Amino acid sequence: MTTVAAKPVSKAAAKPATMAQALNRALRDAMAEDPTVHVMGEDVGALGGVFRITDGLVKEFGEDRCTDTPLAEAGILGAAVGMAMYGLRPVVEMQFDAFAYPAFEQLISHVSRMRNRTRGAMPMPITIRVPYGGGIGGVEHHSDSSEAYYLATPGLHVVTPATVEDAYGLMRAAIASDDPVIFLEPKRLYWSKADWSPEAPTAVPGIGKALVRRAGTSATLITYGPSLPVCLEAAEAAREEGWDLEVLDLRSLVPFDEETVVAAVRRTGRAVVVHEANGFGGPGAEIAARIMERCFHHLEAPVLRVTGFDIPYPPPMLEKHHLPGVDRILDTVARLQWEN
Amino acid sequence: MTVQELPGAGASHRPTPPPAWRPRTDAAPLLPDPEPYRVLGTPAAEKLDPELMRRCYAELVRGRRYNAQATALTRQGRLAVYPSTVGQEACEIAAALVLEERDWLFPSYRDTLAAVARGLDPVQALTLLRGDWHTGYDPREHRIAPLCTPLATQLPHAVGLAHAARLRGDDVVALAMVGDGGTSEGDFHEALNFAAVWKAPVVFLVQNNGFAISVPLAKQTAAPTLAHKAVGYGMPGRLVDGNDIAAVHEVLSEAVRRARAGGGPTLVEAVTYRMEAHTNADDATRYREDSEVAAWKAHDPVELLERELTARGLLDAEGIQQAKDAAEVMAAALREGMNADPVLDPMDLFAHVYAEQTDRLREQAALLRAELEAGAEG
Ligand SMILES: Cc1ncc(C[n+]2csc(CCOP(=O)(O)OP(=O)(O)O)c2C)c(N)n1
Repeated sequence: MTTVAAKPVSKAAAKPATMAQALNRALRDAMAEDPTVHVMGEDVGALGGVFRITDGLVKEFGEDRCTDTPLAEAGILGAAVGMAMYGLRPVVEMQFDAFAYPAFEQLISHVSRMRNRTRGAMPMPITIRVPYGGGIGGVEHHSDSSEAYYLATPGLHVVTPATVEDAYGLMRAAIASDDPVIFLEPKRLYWSKADWSPEAPTAVPGIGKALVRRAGTSATLITYGPSLPVCLEAAEAAREEGWDLEVLDLRSLVPFDEETVVAAVRRTGRAVVVHEANGFGGPGAEIAARIMERCFHHLEAPVLRVTGFDIPYPPPMLEKHHLPGVDRILDTVARLQWEN
Repeated sequence: MTVQELPGAGASHRPTPPPAWRPRTDAAPLLPDPEPYRVLGTPAAEKLDPELMRRCYAELVRGRRYNAQATALTRQGRLAVYPSTVGQEACEIAAALVLEERDWLFPSYRDTLAAVARGLDPVQALTLLRGDWHTGYDPREHRIAPLCTPLATQLPHAVGLAHAARLRGDDVVALAMVGDGGTSEGDFHEALNFAAVWKAPVVFLVQNNGFAISVPLAKQTAAPTLAHKAVGYGMPGRLVDGNDIAAVHEVLSEAVRRARAGGGPTLVEAVTYRMEAHTNADDATRYREDSEVAAWKAHDPVELLERELTARGLLDAEGIQQAKDAAEVMAAALREGMNADPVLDPMDLFAHVYAEQTDRLREQAALLRAELEAGAEG
């Protein structure tokens, strides 16, 4: 897979930037470089999106390139299909995770399979941006982790950044992809900061590559998106318990970087998958199954999962009990001390 | 009649307008005429272009033959299914003929004939229905979107494509076809709304053939006509006799012209009738009377034009025979093409899922290859 934005890092120019700013910059750079890139969605124009990810784009590129659409998700995605058919690269914003559901028909019946049904004649280079996940105290329908629905659909790429650098790099890769990409934006990380320079963005691997964010020897935490910082925190805390945890950031759920996952688990012999989405039928189920298939003889303990409960997303006052937190991760890690 | 003159317009359910509120005064006459527009059999037929009408006639005869041949192929098991357009040929053919080469057609699963009339190879047009590849042609090459099975979902695509073309400075028009049942789907609404707001160069052609499988129009909508739906979106609605090819051609041409000139979308409802069952899997006697079918048979699109042209001396027995002969040539080629067993490579299953193969698919492809090789040996 391609590596994007391979410019040298100039540490001097790097200063604190948020994930939201990096995403905005990625959209701007992509639009400036390629006139076929069009951004559209609800409130993406003058308002700059409810999370300001499209801030300033309409001023810079005009309403034809950054378009406030009517309020209709199927219409937005359906129109994007037609635009892609005519050679444009639409980047559509679904305002919140649960509001993408009206567009599922277009996504599943057309976006994901147009290349296949036309035997490669009609690619769908559409990027679908979905702010997802909880932890921001959103009211109902503003905190869903809907990745399992996307994963289950062949023909889609599904990526989710967890760092500021990745937000930029993965967004550029998604827009450059000739296939549709579900770009899941962990909304509670929008305001996370890192030293980052938009003028000299760090080169990051593109879609389809997982990265070890913290090396360790006792067990591997496999995670992505909003759960990455939680896992890193848990790994720090685990040191006191004598555990040296490795933390793997998947970055891309489809394609799934099985080799990196398998290599890590064979190294440590123990694995815990951590994500916010519901456990039953969630991404962790697939990952755990793949690990069982490939690493059975290397495992010192069963693969465990720390996930959201199998409940509709709870109200904000209770979400802290639902979301995988440091304590629940540590308790699960303790269970890896497997006695036959 | 404009929207403002509608009985009941501006009725009391509106809130009292605040000081800054002003009614729109620019609503063009969007409403359809009360009766479907007709040309054949009326004085308007005097102005018909003889060349165009002779072409329409030849296409109608060919289309009727195509329908008969495709239906026969389902009986022989060569086609899994075929949604016939017998009785609807005038709509199918007019839709294809009003478009320029650079324009795009967005057909539904029923509209194979429109695709063929646009020039698509009849065998390629049937791959979806035969169980071969879903789309047996390159949509970009023919400017025909894949025949669309989920109802009305092709309509927003047409809007997006037309919008994109306009943004790029091309005077391309998209014509999207949908059935009466499809107008109840959310995508129909969203597409019309987008098209009107964006002033996209799109023509929506609703073939109101009376039924959505077994459900009659009265159970589909409470609107006076489907063309009336245009008014709420701010685009003109036109009602036309869908069996009168001269009328359909004229109304669609005008809509295409308007769209090309930047006038925005039009919704055209063609009132027609599905003479045969929904598909070979359907039993139409369960939901309609023979007398209804017979009444429509008397209003057959091929005969309507044939009568008019013969009466005007624009068509004679020789011309009729020529059209029939040409249709037979097409039917023979279609039979021959469909009787050849398609050769499919199972490994193609993995060829076009992603631009770049994923590891997972590579692994699954290896599994299938091994199974195939084992099968070939064993
Ligand atoms: C979204 C969706 N729902 C249901 C169906 C199953 N179905 C196929 S055709 C049909 C009736 C369509 O009627 P209409 O739109 O009037 O078109 P016609 O078949 O009469 O041309 C139905 C319900 C479908 N194809 N797509």
